[in-house]
Amino acid sequence: METARCPHLLENMSAYLDGEASAELCAEIERHLDGCEDCRVVVDTLRKTITLYHELPQPELHPEARLRLYKSLDLSEFLNS
Amino acid sequence: MLSEDSDRVLLERLRRGDKSACAECIERHSPGVYRVALRLLGHEAEAEEVMQETFLSAFKAIDKFEGRAGLATWLYRIAHNAALMRLRRAQPEQVSVDDEEAFGEGLPVPTQLHDWCCLPERDFESSETRAALERAIHDLPEKLRVVFVMRELEGLSTEETAQALEISIDAAKVRLHRARLQLREHLSPYFTELAQTEA
Repeated sequence: METARCPHLLENMSAYLDGEASAELCAEIERHLDGCEDCRVVVDTLRKTITLYHELPQPELHPEARLRLYKSLDLSEFLNS
Repeated sequence: MLSEDSDRVLLERLRRGDKSACAECIERHSPGVYRVALRLLGHEAEAEEVMQETFLSAFKAIDKFEGRAGLATWLYRIAHNAALMRLRRAQPEQVSVDDEEAFGEGLPVPTQLHDWCCLPERDFESSETRAALERAIHDLPEKLRVVFVMRELEGLSTEETAQALEISIDAAKVRLHRARLQLREHLSPYFTELAQTEA
């Protein structure tokens, strides 16, 4: 992360990865990535980090917690509907 | 966001005091409310209490809900506020109330520059890695954590996340970006060590 363009890239990295950057900005970023190994590593590992979180199994609500929720709201009659 | 149209119909039934609509609302939204509370608080029993408080408060205040945000977004807002009150009680010095941070300025320069993307898939899917991913979320500052959880894990749009947290869309975008960078920085030593072990 040593060139003058690195902070500019860092600021726009999420927009680039989310497909929200303009075509002009994308082209600028890709030109920079061709010549800056550090930024390329950061972009690749940032993209992988996001992917890993998208694939992370979600914690589940325990059936007993659901039961307690219905009871606490006086809605037990709807538990089996 | 899940079925906004059917949420509008559900909202009308809730406003009429239809108890079966309350049950339907719970079925539809309690898993997400619970997950957000759990990831903010890191404690199952407390997350369950926040979930109960959220639905109790929502059903009591349903007539005051103007419907400018979606029903789910409103429930997330209530859950976040309830969780935040608990965090402030537990760690008052660590949860700032104001919003003075210049989120768009001074992004931390990444220091972890090892490319660990080529690790075998089994390393990314292990229970140890999943635990490391969860720990890294928990170690984020609350302001960044809640945006990351809503936007990235619960799939709310940027606008919905901003509405739920009563912040601007730009603030939501910047906080998400900072959260992602911090998570990458936090996880990189773990994956770098794995990569060096594999080599």
